Amino acid sequence: MSSLVLNPIRSDVGEAAMTDTIDSTQTKPAEQESAALAPWRYSAWSIPPAARRILRGTSLSVIGILLFMLLWQATANNIDTSLGKFPGPIQVISQVQNMADEYQREQQRRVDFYARQQTRNDELLRSDPGAEVRIRPYTGRPTFLNQILISLVTVAFGFALAMLVAIPLGIVCGLSETLYNAVNPLIQLFKPVSPLAWLPLVTMLVSALYVSDDPLFEKSFVTSAITVALCCLWPTVINTTVGVASVDKDLINVSRVICLPTHVHIRKIVLPSAIPLIFTGMRLSLATGWMVLIAAEMLAQNPGLGKFIWDEFQNGSSDSLSRIMVAVIVIGFIGLILDKLMLTVQRYISWDKQTVLR
Amino acid sequence: MQAYLEISKVGIEFNTESGKFRALQDVNLKIDQGEFISLIGHSGCGKSTVLNILAGLYQATEGGIILDGKEVNAPSPDRAVVFQNHALLPWLSVYENVELAVKQVFKGHKTRAEMREWIDYNLALVHIEHAKDKRPHEISGGMKQRVGIARCLAMQPKVLLMDEPFGALDALTRAHLQDSLMEIHADLGTTVVMITHDVDEAVLLSDRIVMMSNGPAASVGEILAITLPRPRSRLALAEDPDFVHARQQVLQFLYDKHKFTGAAAA
Repeated sequence: MSSLVLNPIRSDVGEAAMTDTIDSTQTKPAEQESAALAPWRYSAWSIPPAARRILRGTSLSVIGILLFMLLWQATANNIDTSLGKFPGPIQVISQVQNMADEYQREQQRRVDFYARQQTRNDELLRSDPGAEVRIRPYTGRPTFLNQILISLVTVAFGFALAMLVAIPLGIVCGLSETLYNAVNPLIQLFKPVSPLAWLPLVTMLVSALYVSDDPLFEKSFVTSAITVALCCLWPTVINTTVGVASVDKDLINVSRVICLPTHVHIRKIVLPSAIPLIFTGMRLSLATGWMVLIAAEMLAQNPGLGKFIWDEFQNGSSDSLSRIMVAVIVIGFIGLILDKLMLTVQRYISWDKQTVLR
Repeated sequence: MQAYLEISKVGIEFNTESGKFRALQDVNLKIDQGEFISLIGHSGCGKSTVLNILAGLYQATEGGIILDGKEVNAPSPDRAVVFQNHALLPWLSVYENVELAVKQVFKGHKTRAEMREWIDYNLALVHIEHAKDKRPHEISGGMKQRVGIARCLAMQPKVLLMDEPFGALDALTRAHLQDSLMEIHADLGTTVVMITHDVDEAVLLSDRIVMMSNGPAASVGEILAITLPRPRSRLALAEDPDFVHARQQVLQFLYDKHKFTGAAAA
């Protein structure tokens, strides 16, 4: 009976969460029909309707992007900042080339460094075979690619940490109304907190608690990862709770009649039916995490993309703005790829291969 | 003498937003082993509530149920339930759906090979062995319900509880399933309690039809024994005077009750 009186907040969240997974399998019958009725419209080109649709889709997005770039270039040329003109797409594209060259140079410098060290050590050994040879690691500044990698590792770490807490917590809250009522106010309270508010506290906590002479991770890394975790916890907790609480009542009754032990009940009945919502939550979490990460890295000085942007900003050269713009676009692309990745994982894991995921 | 399944003085009250609601009052029924009982009555008369109490899914507010000398107070595979909308797990194949129940019920009593054989046997019983690797969404409604029945039979229940098992099926499929159910009942001698809306179905299948009075505080109205000889054939019975008479009696009861509530409402 209890499931009838769902907490209004909870059903709200359910709806909000569902909108992310609404499938639309609409084909365009009208278009196909018109193509069939009027073969002359494409026979001269002899492009099949399916290819036509794809072509049309891509050409529309290309037009959209081009228009945006034109507008951007036009506006950018008219904005003067203390660091020169605001970069337009042309400057940004040439900056990409510039940064690629920079990367090559940095790689070369690294190779040269090790080569120099090698010859030095070899000479030393030749003159004195008993000499102690030291190999120093290269300490040049991190390249843009390194920084991307560090950001990815940090977000992965924070996200994994959050999921380790969020999914079990969501399952327990979904199973027990009592616990849900106890935890829900806390969730609602912490959900809207900005990462910037958490960061000083996390920094102090990490400095106080993570003390080691030879730390496995940098403090800035741990701080950033924990801040990411704190902020991306909530969508997964909420969606998992909703998913678990809305398991079909008949299936629960089946489980009760068979007398399944709790762990089998969760594994065989609760988890499979909650999987779509759990994934919705995870996708929202990962997107939040990636967004939060940049801010966290700026403040915690974790040498990732956030620090890259911050350093460029502080650096204030005439290239800075276009370099930041490159980072912005890279951040966007990576966010896109991360979401597609989650979608692929969901497609692989979910039992329901019929729903169209988007 | 103690009956195999005895429902005595069962009543239940629900807490609703507008106060307590008494759904059942003083329900008494004795059922023998191997009997086929149908519960029939208007919607909302508490048939499903009786079944849920029998299953142990609901707790009676007063009175109690004794099955084979033991009190019923929690769900158990002893009292398997066939749900109206089959309630199969969509992420498991037909075989795995039955296996989930069999593994739980016969854990430690059957070897893995024996379990496999037992699952196959039960799937064959409902003529569904050819679809055992299919997922529920790949088979028809009638087949799904057959799997639901196989899952219950595979638990070797003392009583098979059926909640409007064929209500959602078309007439032809329903007839096929009714025939299958009669076969199985004749072969295994399972005790069955079935809820139905369908008068023909009740008369065709049952040894006794329990007609429930209308709620609130519903109770057993009348009990009609169907003495038609088994095996029964639906074609032969269609013009059988005893069949027609029994059918007429059930309809009469339902019609009178309806008139009564109609008058009360007006």
